[in-house]
Amino acid sequence: MKIAIPVDEKRLESNVCASFGRTPCFLVYDVESNESVFIDNSAAASTGGAGIKAAQAIVDSKASALLTPRLGENAADVLKSAGIKIYKTTSASAKENIDAFVAGKLSLLDEIHAGFHGRGGK
Amino acid sequence: MNIAVLSGKGGTGKTLVAVNLAAAAKTSTYIDCDVEEPNGHLFFKPEEIQEEKVYVKIPQPKPELCNACRKCVDFCRFNALAHIKDRLIVFEEVCHSCGGCVLVCPEKALTEKDRAIGKVQKGSSGGVSIYTGILNTGEATGVPIIKNLLSEENLQANKLTVIDCPPGSACIVMESIKDADYCILVAEPTLFGVHNLNMVYELVKLFDKPFGVLLNKCLEEENPAERFCLENNIDILARIPFDSELGTLNSNAEIAVEKNEKYRQLFSSLLDTLTKEVRK
Repeated sequence: MKIAIPVDEKRLESNVCASFGRTPCFLVYDVESNESVFIDNSAAASTGGAGIKAAQAIVDSKASALLTPRLGENAADVLKSAGIKIYKTTSASAKENIDAFVAGKLSLLDEIHAGFHGRGGK
Repeated sequence: MNIAVLSGKGGTGKTLVAVNLAAAAKTSTYIDCDVEEPNGHLFFKPEEIQEEKVYVKIPQPKPELCNACRKCVDFCRFNALAHIKDRLIVFEEVCHSCGGCVLVCPEKALTEKDRAIGKVQKGSSGGVSIYTGILNTGEATGVPIIKNLLSEENLQANKLTVIDCPPGSACIVMESIKDADYCILVAEPTLFGVHNLNMVYELVKLFDKPFGVLLNKCLEEENPAERFCLENNIDILARIPFDSELGTLNSNAEIAVEKNEKYRQLFSSLLDTLTKEVRK
């Protein structure tokens, strides 16, 4: 299965990005083959609805799970519609979170924030 | 004559000026375009209120016609659409009702439906007709409500209409000043006030509107907003002092021109100035 993580840089040792919708890129990691693919997050520069667009990209990447420190409600709606499980990251490094996920140590993200809609210039 | 009252930030005194200006005229129309937090009605306490809902068009998918091309998803600048598991999801509150998705769909798999985003109230108080726009919490934009408020039938050329704008200089303010014959920029005597004054100053220049500044909360000491006006050759229409009596009247939702002779004269004279300016 594949898992997706918002990351600051295109390398396995990168830190997890604090933002889901505005992350510069995603790491899509295949836990069976240990293959990693990085995809640019074209939603990062959106004026609005970044979470929705980023979530669409995660769905399209065929990932079955998302590992993220936090998530807004619109993005969560998209991911849940696609049946993607959402886990909460527990440390800064992407690699450590992958290892924790494989070891079954990550728990589901139960706190979905209301988003930051309209906080930019309308 | 349509007079818009605007400022770069909230709390400078737009509503104070707009309400008192409308009340200083024998008959007038007061239109509250600050649809996220309209408060002019608190002063006028309008009666015989009629209410009308304001709707926008949002896309409604017809799943049986959709071929999953995603042209609509890619088109939407606000990312209000997602295509998940052969189903189109519409995020209604993110949609700005541009109608573009319906136009780009090659299969005609999108139609439009109405969605209420707020309402407009009409009432009266003495010789003043009062229109209040109210946007529902969480909506993307108040522009459709302002369009409804500033319809041709509400803007009568032979009557004074005072448009109380939202704060700032974004889309909803542009919509509010579009049909104004004159713009009053209300400014505070601080450096921050100057920064915000400059925002609306640039906006009214861009729209090529005649305008002047009303200096509010004036103190004895030097006024940075006044200096800004002098440096840029901007007309100063009037000065309102930092006055605890005015503050008390305002906090009690009283209309100053109805309670205080000094302010009745100030706003009557402002009205005369504006009438002359608009006729120029």
